[in-house]
Amino acid sequence: MSTMDPRTTVINERLKRINRIIAVSSGKGGVGKSLVATTLALELAQRGCKVGLFDLDFTSPSTHLIMGVKDAQPKEDKGIVPPVVKGLAYMSLIQFSGDHAAPLRGTDISNALIELLAVTQWGELDFLVLDMPPGISDAVLDLVRLVKRIEFLIVTTPSRLAFETVKKQVRLLQELKVPIIGVVENMKMNRAKNIEQETEKLGVKFLAGIPYDLKVEEAIGDVAKLGDTAIAQRVRKVAANNIAQ
Amino acid sequence: MHEWALAEAVITAAQQIAEKEKLREIREVDIKIGELQQVERDIFRFALSQLKPASFKNAKFRISTAKTTLKCRVCEHIWLFSKSKLDEDTAEAIHFVPEVAHAYIKCPKCGSPDFEISEGRGVWLENIKGVR
Repeated sequence: MSTMDPRTTVINERLKRINRIIAVSSGKGGVGKSLVATTLALELAQRGCKVGLFDLDFTSPSTHLIMGVKDAQPKEDKGIVPPVVKGLAYMSLIQFSGDHAAPLRGTDISNALIELLAVTQWGELDFLVLDMPPGISDAVLDLVRLVKRIEFLIVTTPSRLAFETVKKQVRLLQELKVPIIGVVENMKMNRAKNIEQETEKLGVKFLAGIPYDLKVEEAIGDVAKLGDTAIAQRVRKVAANNIAQ
Repeated sequence: MHEWALAEAVITAAQQIAEKEKLREIREVDIKIGELQQVERDIFRFALSQLKPASFKNAKFRISTAKTTLKCRVCEHIWLFSKSKLDEDTAEAIHFVPEVAHAYIKCPKCGSPDFEISEGRGVWLENIKGVR
């Protein structure tokens, strides 16, 4: 036999007590993906669900900043047990790399991802929300390959630049037969319906339009304030009507 | 005790290979551990002994260590990883996720964090032998 990386064989065993695994993704960066992922996880937890949040945007993690996480280290018990942060089982590479920049190439990202999937003991969860890196990168392809029950929720803005990349991502996921829960349009400046219509043309559900909200920036780091933003209000409805129903 | 999760992965992978190669009983399992991950051998070996199923009852686990070779992508300098140069917290972070080495280690020649882990990263299953 040739040499073998044993880690991939236990990934689905580690995830087997998780009911649904939702990857929050985007075609481009800067569209509010991490905010949507974090608020989705928090809103599902608010509804009484057991929820995990896994920040997979390894080179630019931000969910810890959004939630104001100061120090939350995982514990070791036959693997790594995520700490509970704001009611969520929480994992981020930041717990290992601290404030240092982690300049990772594609193969390094794949390796770190496989390592964390193989050793993290999530236990029983209703939902695991993944904050994905933007685009169709190695992490997306690895997750689709390794996590059998993954579903995607895609975030865009009204910009055609953002939506064009979403189209590519949707086509790829459709080709790979990966379920797409729907598309969320963030930072809406008006009531234009073009993204909603374009999304439906792709055969994908349009979940919500989120108005641009100046309060979001000052809510960064404060989960209570975040709950009053337009993002949380719309994501709350998505959680109730399209995910936890 | 993160070694348990890695040992479980080795056993699961070895079982899958045994099944594929129609091996009834496993006699030898060769495992290579890269120095970068700093796996505690005693815990790892104990975990293997506790986790092995009946078909591995007489299996001998041979564990070898591979030195970690790092190669700078900027100046192509090649050097060996040494744990002794790291503080305890950094060594532990790299133990959990070897790739975070990129956040702490730099090329000793040019100072770049853009290096390749050419050899000796983590745990590999090298070979298994058994009877049909």
